[in-house]
Amino acid sequence: MKRSSPAQILPDFRRTRVVDQTGIEERAARFTKRSIKQSSKRQALDQVLSMIDLTTLEGKDTDQKVRHLCYKARHLHDELCNIPTVAAVCVYPNFVRVAKKALEGSSVKVASVATAFPSGQSTRAIKLADTRFAVSEGADEVDMVISRGKFHAGEYNFVFDEIAAIKEACGKARLKVILETGELGSFDKVRRASEIAMYAGADFIKTSTGKIQPAATMPVTLVMLEAIRDFYYKTGKQVGMKPAGGISKSKLALHYLVMLRETLGQDWMSNEWFRFGASSLANDVLMQIRKERTGQYQSAAYFSVD
Amino acid sequence: MPTKNKSTRLSVLKTYKLYIGGQFPRTESGRYYVVNDASGNPLANACLSSRKDLRDAVSAARSAFGGWSGRAAYNRGQILYRMAEVLESRQTEMIRELQQRGASASQAKKEITACIETLIHYAGWCDKFQQLFSSVNPVASSHYNFSVPEPMGVVGIISSSENALLGLVQAMCGVIAGGNTCVIVANTDNPLAAIDFAEVLATSDLPGGVVNILTGNVSELLPWMASHMDINAVLYDPDVKLDREALAQTATGNLKRVIKFNKKDVLSPYRILDLQEIKTTWHPIENIAPSGAAY
Repeated sequence: MKRSSPAQILPDFRRTRVVDQTGIEERAARFTKRSIKQSSKRQALDQVLSMIDLTTLEGKDTDQKVRHLCYKARHLHDELCNIPTVAAVCVYPNFVRVAKKALEGSSVKVASVATAFPSGQSTRAIKLADTRFAVSEGADEVDMVISRGKFHAGEYNFVFDEIAAIKEACGKARLKVILETGELGSFDKVRRASEIAMYAGADFIKTSTGKIQPAATMPVTLVMLEAIRDFYYKTGKQVGMKPAGGISKSKLALHYLVMLRETLGQDWMSNEWFRFGASSLANDVLMQIRKERTGQYQSAAYFSVD
Repeated sequence: MPTKNKSTRLSVLKTYKLYIGGQFPRTESGRYYVVNDASGNPLANACLSSRKDLRDAVSAARSAFGGWSGRAAYNRGQILYRMAEVLESRQTEMIRELQQRGASASQAKKEITACIETLIHYAGWCDKFQQLFSSVNPVASSHYNFSVPEPMGVVGIISSSENALLGLVQAMCGVIAGGNTCVIVANTDNPLAAIDFAEVLATSDLPGGVVNILTGNVSELLPWMASHMDINAVLYDPDVKLDREALAQTATGNLKRVIKFNKKDVLSPYRILDLQEIKTTWHPIENIAPSGAAY
């Protein structure tokens, strides 16, 4: 079947679909009420683990801190057998080389933030250079931020062109576009920004940098999942989703999986199409997995320090 | 006979809930049981806590531990004193509560007074037991060698059902005075005073999560308490019927201390020491300045 390319059917972004806020919030709340049987829970916990992007994005990061994180990605909790590894390690561009070396020979990918993360306040040239540097250092994935200021000023073409330019600079690396929903203000704007990002070539759309509160919430993620679904129906192109920031408990992560399954279906249920941007979630999931296996409630004292 | 009032007022009965992390949630399980008064009439519904309530209470106690143990000991003493003040101002209510369950007026009065005095007593000990139990040890090298008590962490308390309130206060005081946080399981027979006491705690500057109170079945919760990796010690009242051997056996698996509460000597500072571990520090003796001053 011949599908029209995205460029040919570019919609008017001033007229994106209006989101029913109350409806979204109620529906998102309902996903938290599903009963999850023990066997499904075990499977889901493994899946959550495999979807985590272990992240360190601090001003105080050092090579050694990044190596620590990579070591953790390779040895989540050696005492537990048959657990998956995380999907990726997410760092600043200047640490990509270190991370890449530390993860050599493993299946864990290296993701790098770029484009003047987290504010995105810089020139296009610098953002492109930032991206090219990350990719040349070996990043498998690039997490960019959109220009929220331009977006609020209504310069949707600017935002679109910027994403498209970064996508081109990424080459083979997959591009995740961070909308920073905490700065967008309303679900309508989240929906609009999602569409701009997807039509401009995003492989993933991502809620937040983790530097702004609120970060990922279930309602805002649902808005983005629905945008992905509608985009898929229109263009046939599958786009991934990454909620980031504020998801630190397994229970909440399971609720997200329920929401993903019921909104986008089985095709999205892998780390190729869904990620959690988190640092402390991994330990909580490991504790829950060990609880499921031993029947004993666990203590953080027996798990690695984040 | 015509009654004077067409409508008689229905009394508004209190819902007895749990006390977890400074909040009063219902049990996650939705289970309740009826508590009767002395003459066998239903008095109230109380929550029959589940293992998940225990889990929530432990995580509340764990998150409160850093702040409580890190607080100045003097300030912990002030807070215990405040708890006594608040209990004093609510004693009429608490006495009435105990009477409903069959205590005589004088018994009830005596019990509440003893509770208040226990609190005041331990308020004083908060910043004094350390000196009593610390030591500077002689060693054969150029080191200072100190041993100091440190709180164990999260303590599970199985409180007595005889003299329910006093037993609970006595067991709790030594635990929190030393900087531990706790999860108290008040036995099914007599849980109301415990929850009333929680209202005193909630209004007395005590940070949420330092003391958590569950009402329910000890034999149901005990195995979960014993196997829980994040509870550092269990303090049980010798009057409570429980399978001590099973408790000790499970607790060995996670290095949990199982301590029988010494009711013979409840006001001793050794009740604080029961829930402390001793940390020994070696510190090199060295010159820190050209003047030759040492520390």
